[in-house]
Amino acid sequence: MAAHLSYGRVNLNILREAARKELREFLDKCSGSKAIVWDEYLTGPFGLIAQYSLLKEHEVEKMFTLKSGRLPSADVKNIIFFVRPRLELMDIIAENVFSEDKLHSSREFHILFVPRRSMLCEQRLKEQGVLGSFINIDEYILDLIPYDGDLLSMEYESAFRECYLENDQTSLYHTAKGLMTLQALYGTIPQIYGKGECARHVANMMLRMKREFAGSQNQILPVFDTLLLLDRNVDLLTPLATQLTYEGLIDEIYGINNGYVKLPPEKFAQKKQGEASKDLPTEPKKLQLNSAEELYAEIRDKNFNAVGAALSKKAKIISAAFEERHNAKTVGEIKQFVSQLPHMQAARSSLANHTSIAELIKDITTSEAFFDNLTVEQEFMTGVDTDKVNTYIEDCIAQKDPLIKILRLVCMQSVCNNGLKQKVFDYYKREILQTYGYEHILTLNNLEKGGLLKPQTSSRNNYPTIRKTLKLWMEDANEQNPNDISYVYSGYAPLSIRLTQVLARPGWRSIEEVLKMLPGPHFEERQQLPAGLHKKRQQGENRTTLVFFLGGVTYAEIAALRFLSQMEDSGMEYIIATTKLINGTTWIKSLMDRPECQTP
Amino acid sequence: MMKSKPDEEDYWNSSKFKAFTFDDEDDEFSRLKESKQAVNSIRRLVEEDDDEDDVEKVSWSGEPVGSISWSVRETAASNQRTDREPAFPKINADTPTVSRSHSGYSLSSLFKGETALSDSSVRLYAPELRKPKSEYKDYVSDWSPEETVHRMQQGKAVSLEKFRSLQDKLLLLDFSISAHDGNVITAVTLFTITFTVLFRELESRQTALRHFIHYLTETRDQRLLLELLRALGRTEDIALLQYKEHLSIADENKRRDFLKSCLSLPFSPEDSAHVQDHYTLLERQIIIEATDRQAERGGKVEIFQKFPRRASILNMPLITTLYYCCFYHYTESEGTYSSPLNVRQTFRISEKQFFVTALAARAKLKAWVDVDALFTSRNWLGFTRKKSPLGFHRVVDILQKNSAPTQVLQEYVGLVDDAELRISLAQKHKCHDIIINTYRDLKDRQQLLGYRGKVERGSVEERKINELLDNPQIRWKN
Repeated sequence: MAAHLSYGRVNLNILREAARKELREFLDKCSGSKAIVWDEYLTGPFGLIAQYSLLKEHEVEKMFTLKSGRLPSADVKNIIFFVRPRLELMDIIAENVFSEDKLHSSREFHILFVPRRSMLCEQRLKEQGVLGSFINIDEYILDLIPYDGDLLSMEYESAFRECYLENDQTSLYHTAKGLMTLQALYGTIPQIYGKGECARHVANMMLRMKREFAGSQNQILPVFDTLLLLDRNVDLLTPLATQLTYEGLIDEIYGINNGYVKLPPEKFAQKKQGEASKDLPTEPKKLQLNSAEELYAEIRDKNFNAVGAALSKKAKIISAAFEERHNAKTVGEIKQFVSQLPHMQAARSSLANHTSIAELIKDITTSEAFFDNLTVEQEFMTGVDTDKVNTYIEDCIAQKDPLIKILRLVCMQSVCNNGLKQKVFDYYKREILQTYGYEHILTLNNLEKGGLLKPQTSSRNNYPTIRKTLKLWMEDANEQNPNDISYVYSGYAPLSIRLTQVLARPGWRSIEEVLKMLPGPHFEERQQLPAGLHKKRQQGENRTTLVFFLGGVTYAEIAALRFLSQMEDSGMEYIIATTKLINGTTWIKSLMDRPECQTP
Repeated sequence: MMKSKPDEEDYWNSSKFKAFTFDDEDDEFSRLKESKQAVNSIRRLVEEDDDEDDVEKVSWSGEPVGSISWSVRETAASNQRTDREPAFPKINADTPTVSRSHSGYSLSSLFKGETALSDSSVRLYAPELRKPKSEYKDYVSDWSPEETVHRMQQGKAVSLEKFRSLQDKLLLLDFSISAHDGNVITAVTLFTITFTVLFRELESRQTALRHFIHYLTETRDQRLLLELLRALGRTEDIALLQYKEHLSIADENKRRDFLKSCLSLPFSPEDSAHVQDHYTLLERQIIIEATDRQAERGGKVEIFQKFPRRASILNMPLITTLYYCCFYHYTESEGTYSSPLNVRQTFRISEKQFFVTALAARAKLKAWVDVDALFTSRNWLGFTRKKSPLGFHRVVDILQKNSAPTQVLQEYVGLVDDAELRISLAQKHKCHDIIINTYRDLKDRQQLLGYRGKVERGSVEERKINELLDNPQIRWKN
């Protein structure tokens, strides 16, 4: 089921198995038949850990979504609520429990908090007079969820907002906890580097937690050599840019959620031969995207302009494989051919899907609107006219383009200019409020607090220096056969990944000046390993770095890291962890107040 | 690595990127087509073997059958059949999402005099994590502040009761802050603070303060929150927070009154002006809405009969309101609330915005005379000439979106300054005259010859081109 998790440099399936084991143990604690009531938000992340079959093996017979009112009837002994620790959810649970008691007195209630118990929530249940109704109140520590062979995500959407807007560092605590679990499974990570306030906090917590475990040494040979903690606010620019890798574009256009994407169904309609195309499906087509699919693993990190070639190459290979049947003469050969059919069939349907997706995306990337938007982004990133009101943005506002698009561009201009001139800032602000509604004062203030949109305070614009030193713009980005990470944005090399690259070689000491211009401290810590656990490195063996993005990471950044891992002379393999996979749109949305007020 | 073979590279165009285009449109398409064809030809062959068991079963929506979210729907659906409710879920208007004015929430009583949490059964770590030393003395109840915080983090029983003196409480608070666990910080904060010391002590503990503010926000204890912020002097935050409340007021009159009450809040100077505008706008919208609704019902005003209003103007953004006014109230004198000129002046709308909005509204109504008038300015000699605060190519764009006829478009295409842009627009909108004249002005004989092949045989355009080509007075550049 999850074999793709174990193919990477680090076997992340161990982590998944550990999570499954804990889930089974909890389910067995509530003996007898059960129904699970789900906080809907959790079904996605849980889907990455377990299937319904696992739950069924442990006597889960029904599953419902958490809703106020009466619980649906189900002839089971146990009702288990799987919920996030949110006060508003407690009120719903209380309502469920109350209306339940009158009908069935025999059902037993349990709560499983994910990822942590909360005293406030339990207090709330108590006030509502239902706390005593629960036999088990437990927590399911789902900090880091294995997402792919080299990717872990906490699926913690509000982490950036909480850290930088609300100054709530709970997500950092969970991060540190998650990293401790990871070290328990994969050994102590000897070297920790970091950049940013949050990174500093996480490292401090980790070191303290380690002290608390002192006396009982971790005896596992370390799998990771280095941990790099990066604050998202060190690089606010990258998520704002439109990702140009295949996977990045799928996410930008259709949104990938917990590893799934929903696509318009028209292109996927299966027409059987001789059958008139009857009713077209209207429900979106849902696809799972990960490296378990061979073709997808091959093309997801390519620049979209190189995807067409890859697909046609694949098509030729598959056609040739099917043609083989003509050459199969003997019974043995035919048998051999038939045995390969399922695999070929899977490859064929995978090719069909991705050809359709590529067509859908191409319709968009070849549109004038997409081109114009990208041109302006690239002007900003190369520092062209960032200190003036941009006519394209002005025109987009006049046309009432979606607000998030406007905000992405304005924020990008602000970041690339180290803040906007007061006059420009005021102008954009007024135009936005007049066109989209005054209530967006709240959103604009949030963006200001998060540092994405701000008036210039000092006259000095650091961005050009940062761009030049870190080579953030490469004129000759090669999309087909890349030789540099800048291919993921067709020219722009993500700042966060440049920092990672420089750290590996030649080291951060070479860019002290730039590091000082970026927000937050940078630091290095060492964790002592017990004697005997020091790795003896083979000649030419790669080192492994875990890069943790606090506040989110984009698919294009992941692609860039995978590219670095695959470079023959890099000597480094990267495993990626994050609070949440983001893109500019989901990120800005998480910073808006009442985004639902805004219909795109 | 994505190194492909050299021949592949040649085949698939290796030229440098330009912004983001497929270098060769046809090539790209043929490639997708190619793989599509391959897919289709294979399908026929494979369909016969459809009943292979190794293939993972997938529901139409693509989720593997048996995934959790699929199963939630499935098991719930099977349940619904037995327990049928009315087809549409009834929305209970009284159901509070979060009970707002929960008065049983006295702060200090929250954790006082009781063990906060019952110790739930042994925690199970999947791979047994080594237990910290402190856990071995589970049965001693005299915890130090540090240990107490630690136990709280693990969800174990603690007694906060014994921290009586302010000093002890603050010590406990400081330990919880250094643990960075929001859950614990909030709980300890709620326990420690009483109003008298609250503001003073929290101010020096920013983290606890933030968590407390967050907690109050989540529980929607607006009154206490505002009081707290006021005491801390965080005036702008108060203003925004209060202002935010307007979003939950549905009744427009109440909302207007509420916005009015916001005017005195300590916003930053710029925001203050915006909030004032917000209030003024809603106030006007209420008046306009009342008047227009009546006019529409009365059935005597032609424009409302011809173009019935699709929605109320209440709570619409300013520019939408301006559009509405340009649509229904264009000719009104500046004295009325609904006059576009009045709206423009009151809200200091930029010339460009006003222009774009008026243009779109009048074009929508096909009021070409009004459109024309927007551009007309007289100079001191009394000649009229067309002027526009935005490029004429954008004007053409707006007109075309509102399906203006070719004659109208032609006039504005001709005013585009840049010759190249003018030609491409003229080609798009089939304005032959403009193209011909432009080539003539550029003295570009070759282009003109080429264009002759594109117009209809024997048409007026062809004749015109021929006349020009025969004209000996033009000095062609090629």
